[in-house]
Amino acid sequence: MELQVKDRDVVVPGQVVATGMEYLPSTGTYRLGDDIRANRLGLMKIEGKVLKTIPLAGVYLPQKNDVVIGKVIDILMSGWRLALNSPYSAVLQVKDATFDFIAKGADLTKYFDLEDHVVAKVIQVTSQNLVDVTCKGPGLKKLTGGRIIKVCPHKVPRIIGTKGSMVGMIKKATGCKIIIGQNGVIWMEGAPDKEYVAVETIRLIEELAHTTGLTERVKQHLVERTGVDAASLEHVEQEEEFGGSPDDRPRRYPREEGRPERGPPRGSSNDRRRRPYPARPRRGEQ
Amino acid sequence: MAYERRHDGRAADEPRKITAKAGVIKKADGSGYFKIGDTAAYAAVYGPQECHPAWMRNPKRGILRCTYSMMPFSGDGERVRPGPSRRSKEISMVTEKALLPVLDLDDYPNAVVDVFIELPETDAGSRCAGICAAAIALADAGITMKDVVPAVSVGQVEGTLVVDLDGEEEHMDENAAADIPVACIPSTGEITLLQMDGVMEPEKLLRALDMVRPALDRIAEAQRNAIKERYAHSAGGGAA
Repeated sequence: MELQVKDRDVVVPGQVVATGMEYLPSTGTYRLGDDIRANRLGLMKIEGKVLKTIPLAGVYLPQKNDVVIGKVIDILMSGWRLALNSPYSAVLQVKDATFDFIAKGADLTKYFDLEDHVVAKVIQVTSQNLVDVTCKGPGLKKLTGGRIIKVCPHKVPRIIGTKGSMVGMIKKATGCKIIIGQNGVIWMEGAPDKEYVAVETIRLIEELAHTTGLTERVKQHLVERTGVDAASLEHVEQEEEFGGSPDDRPRRYPREEGRPERGPPRGSSNDRRRRPYPARPRRGEQ
Repeated sequence: MAYERRHDGRAADEPRKITAKAGVIKKADGSGYFKIGDTAAYAAVYGPQECHPAWMRNPKRGILRCTYSMMPFSGDGERVRPGPSRRSKEISMVTEKALLPVLDLDDYPNAVVDVFIELPETDAGSRCAGICAAAIALADAGITMKDVVPAVSVGQVEGTLVVDLDGEEEHMDENAAADIPVACIPSTGEITLLQMDGVMEPEKLLRALDMVRPALDRIAEAQRNAIKERYAHSAGGGAA
């Protein structure tokens, strides 16, 4: 009936975290005889009688609705294959790629070329971890310019912070645009020296992700490195879950679903926007 | 003539000096270092990652692939030819089999966990050191595993049972020395590696297996501490 560890302790595989039947094992722990033991490296999380561990390391496993940054590694018959910084790659189907009409047999590299990075959302994962992603949605797009860094996927929540407070601070202090994929791939763009500070700060968060008082530590680091006013970094929260910058504001899309797959070909991509007023009558009509 | 005093003054059931570390290879997904006496092993874990060649894939669960390799200068003077050999292939296989029972790779169908073990310095007990380092590395990589896997050898020298034979003890004449590498799962006591070189009476073998337990527990503790220590230095908001 004894708890052997404290909340937020680092636990390792096989370590006894509690004895007796008082507590219940959950993710990251298991029962062996009378003991509950950890079955992975993690931070202990005690939720009443339920014992869990929060992983400190490991690869990214795709989950539905995750916004990820993928790299185009192959071009398929009707889509693209994206590497997700994970053991499993994703397929972006042509129908999920854009609102534009893409004719059969079109050159797909015009939309996404090899080596391009794409912000995409996971729409389906099968039992064998086959992944489908979409690029239709607010903030989902091809990335141009900037730089890509990779971090441990399990540290992404700390880098984003509560309601985006942590990444908000970095953005405000460095003036960089930052997009964080759930898979641990981060895109950023800004002045080169500021990008450097942002990378450094993210590495710092990664290093100290398991500690407390991280926000203060990061704030102090940003103030030291950029000279911004500490007060200006208070309550920097963002609405978007992943780091979309203001000019990534969600656009109004005609329809999310129920769209005919093969509509009439349209000319330039500007034409797809619906005119807010009725079409002008053509000459001769009335 | 019985072997009453060990040449380095150790007690019969005392392993050599142990040093264990985690996170020693930055670019790997997980890594471990294990040194026991003059035998040192590095292990690097990559993955779970996409499995190539594709025919090796298992659609039910992820697979473990270990590669044991002694460095050219790691032996007792004679150059070890790098690359796979009959011996290193066998050791890679038994390492895999020693580690697999603790791992849970059900979440990674078709993927592979690659473990590379390199030994810069060896003085007997290298497969055990390799398994110890690999277990640290796998835990450090965040892979689900129910326990660490400690491994050490036990054997007899001139009729006396001793734990953790070093090179001098092991390389005696076959009739004088027997060497049994053992790996176990400490929480359940299950043995995951058991090999033997030399000759030993059955009763003695059973005694030897009892005798090796305290050393295995001690090694398991060193492995767990090594993984924890990696996160200890920066706790409390210290400098990166």
